[in-house]
Amino acid sequence: MKISEDVVRHVAHLARLAVSEEDVHSLAPQLSNIIEYAEQLQRVDMTGVEPTSHPFPLENVLRSDEPKLGLPREVILANAPDDDGEQIRVPAVLEG
Amino acid sequence: MKEFPTIKQMLTSMAAGETQPSDWTRQSLTNIQKTDGKIGAFLRVNEEQALIHARQLDEMTVRWRKNLVSPSASTRDLFGIPYALKDNMCTKGVATTAASRILENYIPPYSATVAEKLTQANGVMVGKTNLDEFAMGSSTENSAFQKTHNPHNLNRVPGGSSGGSAAAVAAGMVPFALGSDTGGSIRQPAAFCGVVGLKPTYGRVSRFGLIAFASSLDQIGPIARTVEDVALVLRQISGHDPLDSTSAPASTEDFTRSLTGEVKELRIGVVRDMNAEGVNDQVKAAIDKAISVLSDAGAQVVEVTLPHSAYAVASYYLVAPAEASSNLARYDGVRYGRRVEGETLLEMYEKTRSEGFGLEVKRRIIIGTYALSSGYYDAYYKRAQQMRTLIRQDFDDAFQQCDVIAMPTAPSPAFAFGEKSADPLQMYLEDIFTIPANLAGLPGISLPCGVSDEGLPIGLQLLGKAFDESTVLRAAYGYEQLRGFVMPFPHGLEV
Repeated sequence: MKISEDVVRHVAHLARLAVSEEDVHSLAPQLSNIIEYAEQLQRVDMTGVEPTSHPFPLENVLRSDEPKLGLPREVILANAPDDDGEQIRVPAVLEG
Repeated sequence: MKEFPTIKQMLTSMAAGETQPSDWTRQSLTNIQKTDGKIGAFLRVNEEQALIHARQLDEMTVRWRKNLVSPSASTRDLFGIPYALKDNMCTKGVATTAASRILENYIPPYSATVAEKLTQANGVMVGKTNLDEFAMGSSTENSAFQKTHNPHNLNRVPGGSSGGSAAAVAAGMVPFALGSDTGGSIRQPAAFCGVVGLKPTYGRVSRFGLIAFASSLDQIGPIARTVEDVALVLRQISGHDPLDSTSAPASTEDFTRSLTGEVKELRIGVVRDMNAEGVNDQVKAAIDKAISVLSDAGAQVVEVTLPHSAYAVASYYLVAPAEASSNLARYDGVRYGRRVEGETLLEMYEKTRSEGFGLEVKRRIIIGTYALSSGYYDAYYKRAQQMRTLIRQDFDDAFQQCDVIAMPTAPSPAFAFGEKSADPLQMYLEDIFTIPANLAGLPGISLPCGVSDEGLPIGLQLLGKAFDESTVLRAAYGYEQLRGFVMPFPHGLEV
C-alpha cells in the first residue's frame, strides 16, 4: 500500500488535523488508491515541459502604493471566537 | 422549459408595465416555500431583505421604464430579477458557510465582487444555496447541513458541487443562480438538473469574495434555464477586478450579440476516443444526435484528438487538493468561524479543524499535503502541473481546426444518493469530461440535449477558446433553437 496508516497520521499532523483511528484505517487504502491512480503521470515523458501554475501569464499584478483603510476593529472582532474588546485571544503561542 | 419564466420574459413584462419587481420576488419566495421542503436547494432564504429590496425597486420602476431607449434595452441589466448565490460566495451581513460546520456561524463583513455587481445591476438576492462542503464533491452529498434532491427525480442527486443552485433554477425557484466550477461544479449539476450552466474562461469573472478551493482552477459562472439568460448574467458579472490579482484585463462584453442562431460557418470538434468505455449508451446517443442536429443545419464536424485529457483526472486530483490544502489552512479557529478550545494552540488547531471539516475535505487536505510534502513535490505536484501544460497544448492544437469542441458533460445522468460513495475514486471519475477545461482555463457550457429513458436530463458540453465565450454561446444558442425538444416539467415537483 502506497500510503500507510503511519503516513496518514504524519501528514494529518502536518495539516493540523486530528484524525480518529477508525478514519486513519479507512483513509489509508482510499488515499493509496488515489495516489496509485495519479501515478499514471509517471508514464508520460515530460522532458522539457514547463509546469503550468496558472492558465494565463499575468505577472506582478500590484495595486498602486496608496494607503487604504482596512476594516474597522469592531467589524473584525464581531466574528472572533474570543476577544478582549481590542484583540483576538488565543491559547499561548509559546509554551512555558 | 416553458413552465417557468426566463429573465428575458420577466424584463420584457416589467418593461411593458405588466409587472413590477416585487411581483417576481414574491413569486420566487412562494415557489421556494412551496417546493424547497422537497428539494432542499436553499441553506438560507433572505425573505425579509429580498422583499424590502424588491419594494425599493418598485419605486424605481417607472423611471427605469422611461429610461429604456428601446424595448431591447430592458436587458441592459437585471432590474428586479430574483436570484440565488451558492453559499461559498460572501454576502455582507448574511451568513456564508461553504456548507461547512467550520463556518456555520460566519457572517462576512464584505460581499463578493459578483454579489456587488448583481446588486448594482438591480437584481434581488433571495437566498444562499447548498453545495458540497468547500465545493469539494460532485453530488452535493458532502454538505454538512442537508441533502439537495434533483427536481427531476427526488431519489437522485442534483450533481455538485453547485447542486443547490442548479436545483433552484430547475425547480423554478429563481430564473438564475450563480455557481462555482473548479472541476465541473457548474456544468455537471446543470447537466443533471436539465438547465444551462457556463464556466467562463479563467480570469473572466472575479474570484474576490469566493471562498477559495483551488485558486488556479476556481471560476464563478451563471446557471439559468436558457442560453440567452446565461449570456445576460455573464455580461453583468464579467470584467476586470482590481481586488482579484488573477482577474484578466479583459472587460465585459454584450454576450447576447452573438446569439444569432446561425451555425453554418461553425466548425464543431468531436473527440471520438475520449473515455468512450465509461459513457452510458443513452448519453452517447444523445450527444451523437445533438451533433447531427448541428451538422444538418450546416455546421462542419471535424474530428480532433485530445490525447492527454486521459490524464486530466489524475492531474486534477493532485493539483486541486494541493491548492486546497493551502487555501484551507486559514480555517484554524483563530479569527473567525468555529473554534474548539484546547489547552494548547496546537490542540485548538487540531480539534477545531477535525470537528469543523467533513471527511471528504479532510481526505483532500491530506492528499494535497502529501503531494506537496518534501520528497514528493517533484514526483506528484510538479508532474501534475506539467500535465496541465500538455492538456492545454492539446486544446490549442485542436482549436486550429475547430471553433468549439463538443462532448458529453457527464458519463451518465444523475445517479442515486450513496451510489458513488463507497469509493472516492468512483466519484472523482464523474468529472472526466469537465476537468480538462479547468486545467486549461477554457470556457465551457452545458445545456440539455435529451432525457434518458428514466426521465433524467442529459447535458451536451461545448468548450471554446480562451475568452471566446461568444462563440461558445453562439453554438449553444444555435443548438438550443434547433434541437426540437423542450425539457419536461421536473417530475419531482409533481410528486
